[in-house]
Amino acid sequence: MELIVVGLNHKTAPIEIRERLAFPEERMEHALNQVKSLPSLKENMIVSTCNRVEIYAAVREAEGAMADLKAFLSRYHGLPLKEFETNLYYLVGEEAVRHIFRVASSLDSMVVGEPQILGQIKSAYNVAVEAKSSGLILHRLLHRAFHVAKRVRTETKIGNSAVSVSYVAVELAKKIFGSLEKRTVLLVGAGEMSELAARHLVSAGVEKVWVTNRTYDRAIALAQEFRGEAIPFEEMNRGLRIVDIVISATNSPEHILHHDHVVRVMKDRKQKPIFFIDIADPRDIEPRVGDVENVYLYNIDDLQKVANDNIEDREKEARKAETIIQEEVAKFLNWYRSLEATPIIVALRKKFEEIRTKELAKTLSIHPNLSDKEKESLEALTSAIINKILHEPLTLLKQKDEDAMADLYLDALRTLFRLPVISSEASDEEKEKDRSD
Amino acid sequence: MNIYFLKLASLFYFVGTFAYLAYLILLRESVSKWAATAVSIGFASHTLALITRYAEAGHTPVTNLHESLSFFAWMIIGVLLIVNLRYRVKVLGSFLAPIGLVLMLFALALPKEILPLAPVLRSFWHPFHVIFAFLGNAVFTLTFCCGVMYLIQEHQLKSKRLGAIAKRLPPLKVLDDLNYKSLTFGFPLLTLGIITGAIWANYAWGRYWDWDPKETWSLITWFFYAALLHQRLTVGWRGRKAAIMAIVGFLSVLFTFLGVNLLLSGLHTYTNW
Repeated sequence: MELIVVGLNHKTAPIEIRERLAFPEERMEHALNQVKSLPSLKENMIVSTCNRVEIYAAVREAEGAMADLKAFLSRYHGLPLKEFETNLYYLVGEEAVRHIFRVASSLDSMVVGEPQILGQIKSAYNVAVEAKSSGLILHRLLHRAFHVAKRVRTETKIGNSAVSVSYVAVELAKKIFGSLEKRTVLLVGAGEMSELAARHLVSAGVEKVWVTNRTYDRAIALAQEFRGEAIPFEEMNRGLRIVDIVISATNSPEHILHHDHVVRVMKDRKQKPIFFIDIADPRDIEPRVGDVENVYLYNIDDLQKVANDNIEDREKEARKAETIIQEEVAKFLNWYRSLEATPIIVALRKKFEEIRTKELAKTLSIHPNLSDKEKESLEALTSAIINKILHEPLTLLKQKDEDAMADLYLDALRTLFRLPVISSEASDEEKEKDRSD
Repeated sequence: MNIYFLKLASLFYFVGTFAYLAYLILLRESVSKWAATAVSIGFASHTLALITRYAEAGHTPVTNLHESLSFFAWMIIGVLLIVNLRYRVKVLGSFLAPIGLVLMLFALALPKEILPLAPVLRSFWHPFHVIFAFLGNAVFTLTFCCGVMYLIQEHQLKSKRLGAIAKRLPPLKVLDDLNYKSLTFGFPLLTLGIITGAIWANYAWGRYWDWDPKETWSLITWFFYAALLHQRLTVGWRGRKAAIMAIVGFLSVLFTFLGVNLLLSGLHTYTNW
């Protein structure tokens, strides 16, 4: 049995493809059930966010399962395989485990260190648990992944520095306004970039979004997405007077906000601080606006510069995080390998055999006068009892791949009979000893 | 006895200041907790010092420069502890604790003997006058620190540097709020200090107001803060302007408190120190 990941993310696929392969929340359970019914699969869960679509699965045999999953994605979304086949990645075994740990720890995120992804993975896992599509392996794997994410968060400063432009904007807003609750934002121009920045601000607590756009219909459409309010472009001042943050991203060839205009606006605002984010190219806001008191003006290059300054710090922390992940992958694989049936069967037999010979020797020493023939029948009797007891469980375990619960049984057996753990974990124990020395 | 507690308090203030400065560098929560603990113990010991001195002297210990500085330091640390309870601006300790410590060290360096009380200070009103005035000054010290932090932080944000300094200082909004809040506490206290002072002066000298340098300067300070408060409330002065005003106002406070005693002479000069 093997662990695999099949999926695509922001690095391998453009947004158009990611959108088309995304699994909407309300249909997730349905999708999980469909995947579960694939004969090659034993356990699965689906992670679907705006940056990634991934299926984590425990399968009988990797290659066949990957082909099945590819076909499933194409069939389920009605998208010909050739349109997204090159965007997919396939990971098996150790690579798959490492990938899942990295995703949960936000090392694979578009904004490395952003905290949302862990929550998204957790809810994806919960849906899988409810749909009963996950089993022992994924349970253990995901719980380890949550543990790893927590370690990375507490032992490194990966989440501390803002490294994406939108994230920097949020950090700046917090440095100006403190908490972002009860703050409002005005989007000038309804583009993808401003929408993304606004999304970050909203998830950081911004209360209300106003939208204005030369084409009023687009303003209304975008405002609806944020449950905000649209205002006609000519009435922009109305928004400027009350909002705290302005994100400007129009296609205007010249500045739309000038120094003198902003000075007047500030008077109306009673000098209440305002944060302008100019992500338009060419610029929407005259640079001199930044000189006005209580006005903070950052354009996209300024934000990018701050982000770059933070990247160096972050890379150092990321290396620390990778070390943690390496450690945890090794630990998980030790446990995972201990689930192989043969060593457990051998260990179980050995244990029973040891008990049998020991007890038999005791009995024989009490009755020294037994004839050889009697001894032989005792020998045969005890062996037969053990074989009969073990017969059914062992048959079941040998067909492990056919039975979804077999991993659970193996794990239980190991615990119940305190079976010696297999070599790889023994070496782990030695390692711990070394550490304590 | 009181000097023993005072020295113990200084020791804890020293540890607390050191820990607060370490916190400024390391940004470890545990360090700030240690700092707060040390400063709190110091404050308790300082309180004991004031009580024992009161018992030993038989009057409120605010009659010479040693006592005044010690009392002022006690109030500043008190303000720090109260703000720590209400606001999560731990970095404030890195500013206020050193000020408290320096005042304490000066207090310890000055003659500490308990002197017989000058007749003019033997008044019901005198302790009230001093307590209000010092409490007001302590609160204005907080306003001052917020102003300094505000200017630094604003400069970081305006010049688009979000480095180590910006990370350590609180958001502008928080600093501006604290600036305003402390003003609304400090100003009434200063007012009360001046009024009780006038009443006391009437008992001591038979006149409410004498235009001696200290009185004049405290009135200048009062007008200054009144103007700031007024501008804040009506014109919406805030941020940078309010921060600069808070700093200038504090210079006026300092001059009223120390400069007048050391540089000018008048009714408020009772002893050489």
